[in-house]
Amino acid sequence: MSNLHSLTHFWPELILTITVLAAIISDLIYRREESFKVAWWVLGGLVLTLFAIQIGGSTVSDLFMGTIALDPFSEFFKVLVLISTIAVVLMSFNSNELKDYRMGEYYSVLAIMAIGLFLMASAIDVLMVYLALEVVSIMSFFLAGYLKKNPHSNEASLKYVIYGAFSSGIMLYGLSILFGLTGTTKFIGMQTAIANLGPDSNLALILSAVFILAGFGYKISAVPFHFWTPDVYEGSPTTITAYLSVAPKAAGFAMMIRFFNQVFGDSTALVSETWSTINGIPWPQLMGVLAAVTMTVGNMVAIQQDSVKRMLAYSSIAHAGYMMMALPLMSEAGVYGIMIYLLMYLFMNLGAFFVVIYVQGKFGGEDFDNFDGLGWKMPFVGVVMTLFMFSLTGLPPTAGFIGKFYLFAAVIKAGTQYYWLAIVGALNSVVSLYYYIRVVKHMFLKGERSESVEMPASSLVTILLLAMALPTFILGWYFAPVVTWISESLVIFQGM
Amino acid sequence: MVVPLEHVIALSMILFSIGVLGVLFRRNAITIFMSIELMLNAVNLALVGFSRYYNSVDGQVFVFLVMTLAAAEVAVGLAIIIALYRNRQTVNIDEINLMKN
Repeated sequence: MSNLHSLTHFWPELILTITVLAAIISDLIYRREESFKVAWWVLGGLVLTLFAIQIGGSTVSDLFMGTIALDPFSEFFKVLVLISTIAVVLMSFNSNELKDYRMGEYYSVLAIMAIGLFLMASAIDVLMVYLALEVVSIMSFFLAGYLKKNPHSNEASLKYVIYGAFSSGIMLYGLSILFGLTGTTKFIGMQTAIANLGPDSNLALILSAVFILAGFGYKISAVPFHFWTPDVYEGSPTTITAYLSVAPKAAGFAMMIRFFNQVFGDSTALVSETWSTINGIPWPQLMGVLAAVTMTVGNMVAIQQDSVKRMLAYSSIAHAGYMMMALPLMSEAGVYGIMIYLLMYLFMNLGAFFVVIYVQGKFGGEDFDNFDGLGWKMPFVGVVMTLFMFSLTGLPPTAGFIGKFYLFAAVIKAGTQYYWLAIVGALNSVVSLYYYIRVVKHMFLKGERSESVEMPASSLVTILLLAMALPTFILGWYFAPVVTWISESLVIFQGM
Repeated sequence: MVVPLEHVIALSMILFSIGVLGVLFRRNAITIFMSIELMLNAVNLALVGFSRYYNSVDGQVFVFLVMTLAAAEVAVGLAIIIALYRNRQTVNIDEINLMKN
């Protein structure tokens, strides 16, 4: 579609851009104490964007001369990004860490990051892949270091910037090799060019695929590209940790699925269960091993943590591992499983982080000890946190169980060669039970049983906790509408 | 005289390797940033070479994009280093280890 014509389908991104500008200008008007009011502008813009996506309908087309895809698949991820951004903006009102800082830039940058994530979910041109990846990365460096008087936050953002710039540089080199081999920057053109390559360019192709995998692996924090994750997640403001563990990961999976499906797959990918055109490397097995290692490392290190925030950071590596189980299949069922899991993961993980933010503000820390007796002091928060922990483990009847069910079903259905992967995944879920239940133990069995019962002082906290807890609970047994929506969203733009 | 594509690619590979080694073995945050710049410029060189090989401008457009984004990345990176230096009085990444488990 031509540039001018594309604009009529580009409303969500345009509204977000206007939101960012409005937020930056309004930040100049407000005084320091009122700077949190920028959040209302951003919230309004995000809600409008959500409507714009709904009104846009489900056209399947390319925009801006084949750089961006417009399809239900990207719309699903855009909705996911918007829900998590709205939730994080609301959470930030209650954050104790952010109180001492001017908040205008914080909210504007969150909105810019949402634009970058939109582009990540819909890029079909390596130029746009790199642009979107960098927009998201640079904004997350900034947000990770937002507490500029806090040495932990400084350190987190420095580590993030070094790892991020390094891995995007490596990925860029892979992309340049791919451009050199194919002579085009469009996914579809690359696919046909790769199919016509002779065997003597196989080595270069493998090299570029491995380099590109490093970039994607960094974004979804897969082992062995995960080293930044725990430190960055621990040092960042907890609201940003919650955001980083959900939204960029979802967009990273979207970009990775689209890229491997279109560049290294063939037109039968997603239908048949083969997706490798690269000879010489057993891709499905390699991805399977990466998934198994990712979840095992995440779980084994999560067990040893004393801080709930750091534990959740490692457990998010493990969750990325569960989702990666479906990548070697690259079948429709596998992608479907990943999408369902991401939606369930969004609610339960944001909810768990929100409880950590709340406990941090009220009891001044995020260690397991700070949760002692919470279940008796504040039964509502305790019960909700218990629900999130059960759901993250994958126990029925919670959303996490449904997510895991679809993932494991896809893996098992793919054939006997993947049974070992499903077994490793199941064993890992059992291991994760140990450290999730530890939180529940601290809340109900340790510390004093207080006689007086408290509710959260602010009604916004109660509403937000309910908004995360209700989907986590209800989607555990009434998931038909969501599952239908996701199966309708499984339409990926495949070229005109 | 026309420089053959192989020479351009070889030079870009050498520059890229120097950049990677710099990131892995240098301990000063500023030097690490310079090494990352070297990696990105190696990519630019390769892209320009390929672009001329294919007689298309796609690669050159890519180079401009990379240069702009690299500048933005370094601007944020240097701001972060300054914020860190104010609190810790060091830019040596071996001493930046508050979070170790």
